[in-house]
Amino acid sequence: MQFDNVQQLLVMDGHGVYVWSAVFVSVCVLIGLIIRPLRQHRRAIKKIARELNPKKTGKLTGNSQEASDASNT
Amino acid sequence: MKLNRQWTWFHRLGSPRWFYQKTQCWLPWLGAIAAILLVTGLVWGLAFAPPDARQGNSFRIIYLHVPASFLALAGYYLMAIAGAVGLIWRIKLSFMLMKSAATIGAALTFIALFTGAVWGKPTWGAYWVWDARITSMLILLFLYLGMLVLRHAFTNHESANKASAILGLVGTVNVPIIYKSVDWWQTLHQPATIKLTSAPSMHPDMFAPLLVMILGFYCFYALALILFTRAEILERERRASWVRELVAEKQGGL
Repeated sequence: MQFDNVQQLLVMDGHGVYVWSAVFVSVCVLIGLIIRPLRQHRRAIKKIARELNPKKTGKLTGNSQEASDASNT
Repeated sequence: MKLNRQWTWFHRLGSPRWFYQKTQCWLPWLGAIAAILLVTGLVWGLAFAPPDARQGNSFRIIYLHVPASFLALAGYYLMAIAGAVGLIWRIKLSFMLMKSAATIGAALTFIALFTGAVWGKPTWGAYWVWDARITSMLILLFLYLGMLVLRHAFTNHESANKASAILGLVGTVNVPIIYKSVDWWQTLHQPATIKLTSAPSMHPDMFAPLLVMILGFYCFYALALILFTRAEILERERRASWVRELVAEKQGGL
């Protein structure tokens, strides 16, 4: 490793703030790019399931699910 | 008859159902490869690569900045071509890929601009400079965002697809400008580190992690593109019988 300890790795001779903020923001955006389609996928499946079997799932999830779906679309 | 047979593969390739089923088994592999490459490249680049002689440790931002910019640009071509294919052959899947590519491209361009700004402060003394490269990248971000916003201007889904495909094609003019901006104008932004025609202007110890990161970003891009498109397919095709069967099967398995 180029750095003697974790403290030095974090500080990076004063450049740590820049490097780590770049890393933090990039990683957050990348994770978001994976989570968002996964959520969308799950929501689509729930929606289709409700259309297929309105009684069964309708009782379980109630109206709140319906309302949140409406606001999302 | 012969013509028909030749076209079947093309149309099967354009079928959302085929895409959805085919990509299912790729996902875990792509995800694992992308995660391994990105984690390896990032740890290597941040902690083990030697510091730059002039820029010190701030140069480590390159390991995010360059791969994100690469994919933001390559993704634009992919999006424009997907739009053109959709316009010419009226393939639904193509428009879905275009929409997914617009979202991912906007996010990657944002990463490129953000990491660039944060790198600019210790190197140039300013977060933002109206330099040719940076300005043309900002235009790229607006093109991507325009693709996403334009869709909402239409109530008809088909006209939304056509309009954004045309916007995407017109915007391709910007991509070569971005590539060449560092050569055409005397700019603050440093010239390309990696060129296909010559050896990289970088020490192998610094270059190796960058290569790992670029490969990782390519895999990540493919993964995100597939995930977004699969979600879009389910939403768009929810009335199709194969989707209903698929969901019914999943429900039965629960």
